[in-house]
Amino acid sequence: MKVCEAMVKCLEAEGVPVIFGYPGAAICPFYDALSRSSIRHILVRTEQSAAHAASGFSRISGRCGVCSATSGPGATNLISGIAAAYMDSIPLVILTGQVDSRLLGRDVFQEADITGAVEPFIKHSYLVKNEKEICRIIKEAFYIAQSGRPGPVLVDVPMDVQGRETRFDYPKKAEIRSYKPSSKGHPGQIRRAAEAIAHADRPLLLAGGGVFGSGAGKVLEEFLSKAKMPAVHTMMGIGALPEGYPLNLGMVGVHGVRAANLAIGRADLLLLAGTRIADRSVPDPSLLAKDKKVIHMDIDPAEIGKNVEATIPIVGDLRLILEQLLEEIQPISFPDWERETEVYRKAPLTLPLTGHFVSPHLLLKELFRRMEPGAVFCADVGQNQIWAARMFRLPGGRFLTSGGMGTMGYAIPAALGAKAAAPERQVIAACGDGAFQMSMMELATMVQHNLPVKLIVFANSRLGMVRELQEREYGRTEAVNLDGSPDFVKLAGAYGIPAFRAEDNGGIPGALDLFFAEKGPVLLEVRVDPEEPTLPRDYYE
Amino acid sequence: MKRTISVLVENRAGVLSRVAGLFARRGFNIESLAVGTTAEPGVSCITIVADDKENVMEQINKQLNKLIDVIKLKEYAPDEIISRELMLIKVTANAQTRGEIAELAKLAGAKVCGLTRTSITMECCDTTDRVENFLELCRPYGIKRVVRTGAAAIEKGSGQLSLDE
Repeated sequence: MKVCEAMVKCLEAEGVPVIFGYPGAAICPFYDALSRSSIRHILVRTEQSAAHAASGFSRISGRCGVCSATSGPGATNLISGIAAAYMDSIPLVILTGQVDSRLLGRDVFQEADITGAVEPFIKHSYLVKNEKEICRIIKEAFYIAQSGRPGPVLVDVPMDVQGRETRFDYPKKAEIRSYKPSSKGHPGQIRRAAEAIAHADRPLLLAGGGVFGSGAGKVLEEFLSKAKMPAVHTMMGIGALPEGYPLNLGMVGVHGVRAANLAIGRADLLLLAGTRIADRSVPDPSLLAKDKKVIHMDIDPAEIGKNVEATIPIVGDLRLILEQLLEEIQPISFPDWERETEVYRKAPLTLPLTGHFVSPHLLLKELFRRMEPGAVFCADVGQNQIWAARMFRLPGGRFLTSGGMGTMGYAIPAALGAKAAAPERQVIAACGDGAFQMSMMELATMVQHNLPVKLIVFANSRLGMVRELQEREYGRTEAVNLDGSPDFVKLAGAYGIPAFRAEDNGGIPGALDLFFAEKGPVLLEVRVDPEEPTLPRDYYE
Repeated sequence: MKRTISVLVENRAGVLSRVAGLFARRGFNIESLAVGTTAEPGVSCITIVADDKENVMEQINKQLNKLIDVIKLKEYAPDEIISRELMLIKVTANAQTRGEIAELAKLAGAKVCGLTRTSITMECCDTTDRVENFLELCRPYGIKRVVRTGAAAIEKGSGQLSLDE
């Protein structure tokens, strides 16, 4: 069998249902083999979207996402998507075609050293030169991507190698002597953590994206029902805390809610659950270490001690650590501390209202109220992301965004991937008019591949978040005006996608009626005040 | 604090660039780096000398360990290792100075390995400090060229950095 056929067989053996990709000369042998497979191929309209879509697929299916592209520009176009997945620890296997192996290094047409180029933001990569290694390498790629701290892995296969004869022999297990990710937490550290919880006055749990990465949601719920402590979450951890948990104080960080940030300051014991304490969550982590104990639970040893000093580090899979901890602790609650956080939660959150525009907060509040339980919401990057992150309330729902990298243009392709993973779930993507114009070519993908995603475009003809930063820091704005943008309703119409516009707050209910009535893809343009701030105005008081 | 890290890696294309790239992009200070094969087929040893704060050294170790091709690594304090580097040095020499320089080389444990009417080339294989010292001794005569390897190091005593542990 040819290597290209073996590649497809490997994907079938991994149970891969769908690949997001874009063909080109150097990957054509693989595409030819793929045409004889039942694996679904979704043709995106630019390679970056293939990586984002694979990421959305992975986050909703809980499996490894797969994408493919050709050599040179096809591969380099993937890079932003790979970097975004790396920062958010999303498992991807990326297959790229490469020029003939005998031509490597000669700067031939569409040659790019893609394994070299992605090195700073990839978990691992392979350049396949020996046809006999293809099955082992693909097995390793899937294993490395999904085990330990998940992340993207790239396999670059030269065109001539794809055409060579090999034997299909897919290994049952990957054996890599240099890669042994840890699983359970150290029992001694678990005991120390349990003691710290028993002796704490004001413990606080901070949940991050690792809760999803390790599938720890259920055991976290059990843990919090046994050790009833207030809890907060990062942006990557939106939806990680148990549904309706009464002590959920909300999102922390620069754009977080006041109650959550106050609680971080007051806590005497912090339980960091699958979070790396990135700068947007805690801008000055050195303050944490000063007056509180920190239990840091993470799968990646390098995250421990990187941003925050941990009193009790526990390296391992969060789900297993919490299971261990659950056995070690006694039922406990903290009534005084609970009462204190109650007071924080009464901090008012007013919504900015402007007469001639739509308040994004009001719209989002109503949108989340009407969304189906368990739906998926993909937020892009910028003001819309923060508005949505602060307003998000959805039973069993998921909030997907490019948290670490902040890659504009993430939401729409990620939503396509999410919809491909779960056709029965409602999927909504929201962007500003900036990010929309970075990804609007994917409207065609949505139509072509029957991926009925609902789209919201917050249109203020500005790069809103940059505008705000420029005004604050420089007192004037430059290059943030998006004049010349198309009429988004007409644009959607050109793709045959029904579209509506909400011009003011009064128009919200009617527009949402139409929006939710549509069974297929639909777009809602929301006119937002160009002066609308990211944070509710009273946040500064 | 100065530390020497022995890193056992799979001898594959791209390993060195991954290790070097890690130091560059995370801003870790690297003093020297030496690579060579080991007695084990397919395994190379990279010896890195780095000088940074304790928490940075910890990050260096952890980040290196995250690289898939890194099999194993160990960090050593200066007094835990036997360390050697090689310097090739070409010094201006004439009939008057040649004998004096050769005498210095002998005392410093260096070897003359090349000779012309106007120059003398020597090899000095020793600890970084002693190599440094010999270089300074040669400086007054006029150094034409110096080439140094990074330090290679091995732990004192009978211990070993084995693949199996």
